[in-house]
Amino acid sequence: MQLVMPDLNPVIPEILLTVLALILLMADLVIKRKETIAFLSIVSVAGVAYTLIGSAGTTFGGMFVSDGYSTFFKLIFLVNVILTILISVRYIVVENINFGEYYGLILFSTLGMMIMASAGDLIVLYLGLELMALSTYVLAGFIRHNVKSNEAALKYFLLGAFSSAFLLYGMSMIYGLTGTTDLKAIATYISKNGLEGNKTLLLSMILFAVAFGFKIAAVPFHMWAPDAYEGAPTTITAFMSVGPKAAGFAVLGRVFMTAFGAIHVEWSVVLIPLAILSMCIGNVVAIAQTNIKRMLAYSSIAHAGYALLGVIAANNEGLASMMNYMLIYAFMNIGAFGIVILLRSEGFKGEDITDYEGLAKTHPLSAALMLIFMFSLTGIPPTAGFIGKLYVFMSAINAGYTWLVVIAVIFSVISAYFYLRIVMYMYMREPKVEVSLSTSPAIGLALTVTVVATLVIGVFPSVLVELARAAISRF
Amino acid sequence: MKAYLLIPFLPLAAFVINILFGRDLIKDKSHWISCSTIIGSFIVSVITLFDVINGKVINEDLYTWIVSDKFRVSVGFLIDQLTAVMLIVVTGVGSLIFIYSIGYMHGDKGYYRFFAYLSLFVFFMLMLVMGNNFLILYLGWEGVGLCSYFLIGFWFEKKSASDAGKKAFITCRFGDFGFALGVIMIFLTFGTLHYVPVFTEAKNFAGQTVNLLGYDVNLMTLIALLLFAGAVGKSAQIPLHVWLPDAMEGPTPVSALIHAATMVTAGVFMVARCSPIFNLSEVAMYTVAITGAVTSLFAATIGTLQNDIKRIIAYSTISHLGMMFAACGVGAYAAGIFHLYTHAFFKALLFLAAGSVIHAVHHNDIQRMGGLKKYMPITYITMFIAALSAGGVPGLSGFFSKDEIIWSTFASGSPIGKFVWILMTAVAFFTPFYSFRMIFLTFHGKFRGTHHEEHHLHESPPIMTIPLILLAAGAVVAGWAGIPAILGGGAHIVHFLEPVLGHPELHGTHAQEFGIMGLSTTIALSGIVIAAIFYLIKTYMPVTLAERFRSIYRTLFNKYYVDELYSFIIIRPALWIANTIIEGFTDAKIIEGIVNGVPRSIGRFAGILRKVQTGLTQHYAVIMAVGILVIIAFVLL
Repeated sequence: MQLVMPDLNPVIPEILLTVLALILLMADLVIKRKETIAFLSIVSVAGVAYTLIGSAGTTFGGMFVSDGYSTFFKLIFLVNVILTILISVRYIVVENINFGEYYGLILFSTLGMMIMASAGDLIVLYLGLELMALSTYVLAGFIRHNVKSNEAALKYFLLGAFSSAFLLYGMSMIYGLTGTTDLKAIATYISKNGLEGNKTLLLSMILFAVAFGFKIAAVPFHMWAPDAYEGAPTTITAFMSVGPKAAGFAVLGRVFMTAFGAIHVEWSVVLIPLAILSMCIGNVVAIAQTNIKRMLAYSSIAHAGYALLGVIAANNEGLASMMNYMLIYAFMNIGAFGIVILLRSEGFKGEDITDYEGLAKTHPLSAALMLIFMFSLTGIPPTAGFIGKLYVFMSAINAGYTWLVVIAVIFSVISAYFYLRIVMYMYMREPKVEVSLSTSPAIGLALTVTVVATLVIGVFPSVLVELARAAISRF
Repeated sequence: MKAYLLIPFLPLAAFVINILFGRDLIKDKSHWISCSTIIGSFIVSVITLFDVINGKVINEDLYTWIVSDKFRVSVGFLIDQLTAVMLIVVTGVGSLIFIYSIGYMHGDKGYYRFFAYLSLFVFFMLMLVMGNNFLILYLGWEGVGLCSYFLIGFWFEKKSASDAGKKAFITCRFGDFGFALGVIMIFLTFGTLHYVPVFTEAKNFAGQTVNLLGYDVNLMTLIALLLFAGAVGKSAQIPLHVWLPDAMEGPTPVSALIHAATMVTAGVFMVARCSPIFNLSEVAMYTVAITGAVTSLFAATIGTLQNDIKRIIAYSTISHLGMMFAACGVGAYAAGIFHLYTHAFFKALLFLAAGSVIHAVHHNDIQRMGGLKKYMPITYITMFIAALSAGGVPGLSGFFSKDEIIWSTFASGSPIGKFVWILMTAVAFFTPFYSFRMIFLTFHGKFRGTHHEEHHLHESPPIMTIPLILLAAGAVVAGWAGIPAILGGGAHIVHFLEPVLGHPELHGTHAQEFGIMGLSTTIALSGIVIAAIFYLIKTYMPVTLAERFRSIYRTLFNKYYVDELYSFIIIRPALWIANTIIEGFTDAKIIEGIVNGVPRSIGRFAGILRKVQTGLTQHYAVIMAVGILVIIAFVLL
């Protein structure tokens, strides 16, 4: 038997990230200044981003696919990780969790997401998913001395394990049915043998939807999100609300479009109630929140609902709009969390929405930034959030789901209430508590990047839209 | 090199810089940024004007904002003769007002904020006039509305100011709603929002009808009237004129910039820009003409009895805007734009001079002024010139443009032309009358204020008087560009605008034209003379007349009771319903769930849902499991 060296070119970014993350983990022993590790992490990620160019190809017998679709999602993950590191530098000092493995874990989690995006096979998908999830569980409980953080991690872990079980169950069924774990081979087998109405296939698809629904925090598989988001370190909340969600959408899009392409009518029927429920529960319950992290957690559930519309459209236009949405969401949501982190200082949590009262008087610049992020999350032009929603809604309308878009628009209007309430507190109320900001150059940079992206994408969306379209054409 | 882009984006840059760094870094130097950028815009505008005169019309898309199948919206600019004139008005008059503001706002604690908003306002106004499609027009339209809200309510600590800001914003919303519907109708009809294809295709839709709630409505009439609804709000025509006089609560430079020279003219500009659509609908044209003419006379008569110096000028603005609409309504768009252009100069001047007066006496009541001419000679002379120009005294700017309108209405051949002409001629009497009533009460006679006030009377600093002098020059000569042919001029402006706005067929002889001109001039001069008799010579006469014609006097003094009428038919019923029916009956039950109750009734729902979030992991797992079972049952069974 001859051992053939597989083509490593498509996996170079992942290999490089693995090596660099391991080195950084060990370097923690010798480098005492954690800021240096943060800096090196960003350099590493930038290096990985560089190797993404020209990594296109399929390798390991189709198990690992690097195409336009995966590259676009990897771009989202890398943006997410860089912004998270930038907003973390000062925050982890304030929280007294300034340990080097923090950055290592973030990088490992990102590695898991990248593998998920490139998975052409169910086993690789599972590998990536668990690598991402395990690292995130640890990060959620990173404030060891805090009960809430521990609780968040434990809940996230238990329910995550629960959902992984469903995923494995679904995988085993599909393997039993088709005898393969390769996504393309599954699709071929289904169409060749006319299995479209097969009950096992449908059951397997439902189990996949459940597991992915858990990762993207879609109702009714969202229950972990508010508790985990509230208890986790805020930086990790920001990280979790974007990265694992986008990774969940990446595998949802790929598995459902490739392996289950033949039964897209059936899976649309499953996803539509998830989307409606997510928009409904997310937006309505957000109104009742007094803690801004919980509010943003419910908002993140609602945004999963909007983005699902792109998947439900079940065509390239829909997927491209969903990809756009995730990238835009990364910028505006991390931006909003950046402001939440700014308010956190030694001895002051700054998580209550009443802490935002009068912020425009005491810290006008931060208030203005928060205003832009809240407008964007609501979807008001000329911010990026408007563009994201517009394209997702348009793709759903073109696919014939006008009624669903009407529902989505109604819930968007409801969402304006709790987003703009923050704006109202900042601009129309008098300050009650003394708020001092934990600023640093790093978070300043992160906020600049996010606000510029939010506005520039809002005014000049065509570059991004074309990029996503080009990416999806090489699916 | 797209140099013309500097025109709007320089002020935008000034806004961004001032709002970001104004409070802590720039502070009382903010004006350097705002003034230098708008002067820069002005210089580029002048260059652009010469380009246009040499035949270089720009119409290009900068980039496409949103594309999706048929839905295509781009950001693009159209600079033709009409835009070029508007650019000169906005940046030229705007520059002088900016400079004047340095003196007027000196020491205000919101100094940087004021200049930031002014710059933002100018940016939106420039986008409004420069766009090559309805979306950009709409952006500018809403943008100026928003900025006017900020600026009218600039002194928001004062309740009347913040109320006036709200009133302006909410009143305009009525019109803007129609405007938005009009834009949507245009998109549905033409499939595009760009001016050029819309205007070239419009004639193919002439006479076409749409079914609206069971009635067949002429499509072009519908679109034109919806657009005009926006103009009625923004340009303060009956019945949405009520916000403009209250908007005088804002700082005086704001009144000059927004409520005289630029924002309120947006409606006239828009009607002129959309002339190919309006021309296709007789009903729309009559509506425009009659609304304009009636508003004009209505506001002019109110202006005769006001005592607040800024409100007099505000009513004068409404009256002049009405004249512009009257001109547009008989097809003489160019005459309307010509008047818009001359009006910008003398109206800005009137406001700034009034501001200079207020700066000295610290109140707005002309009954407590008098004799100011010896204390503030520059303000006096410049304001006098402005009043002459506004009143239509021959030789000055206002005369030529007003004459153009009056002659156009008379000779247009429009079936309602003569009716409009009669109203315009009546206005020609009232305009000089109230202008000079204001001048005489303010500057002549004896000072009627307290000794303390008299002690503080002073001429304003040069930073304020120099803009006045420059504007006064404009109020005299700006109109010379449009001297009609019968007076030996070339009517340059009207001809210049002809490629865009067309030229109405005027039916009349030279003799008639002279006759009409002579008549309106005589009437105008008699207005000044009567004002002089009433307020300089026989000062007891106004009182006697007021007592003799008590009901007329009170009707005019109370502005035809329109505010009271609105209070009676809209605000009070709304409050009554709110207080008795909603508050007492449904509020606690139904309406609260819709309006006030989004927090409470959706909140109650949210509260229930929130209880599901028990915090117990086992519960969460159960909910997930149930969810899975429901889905399986739903799909498989």
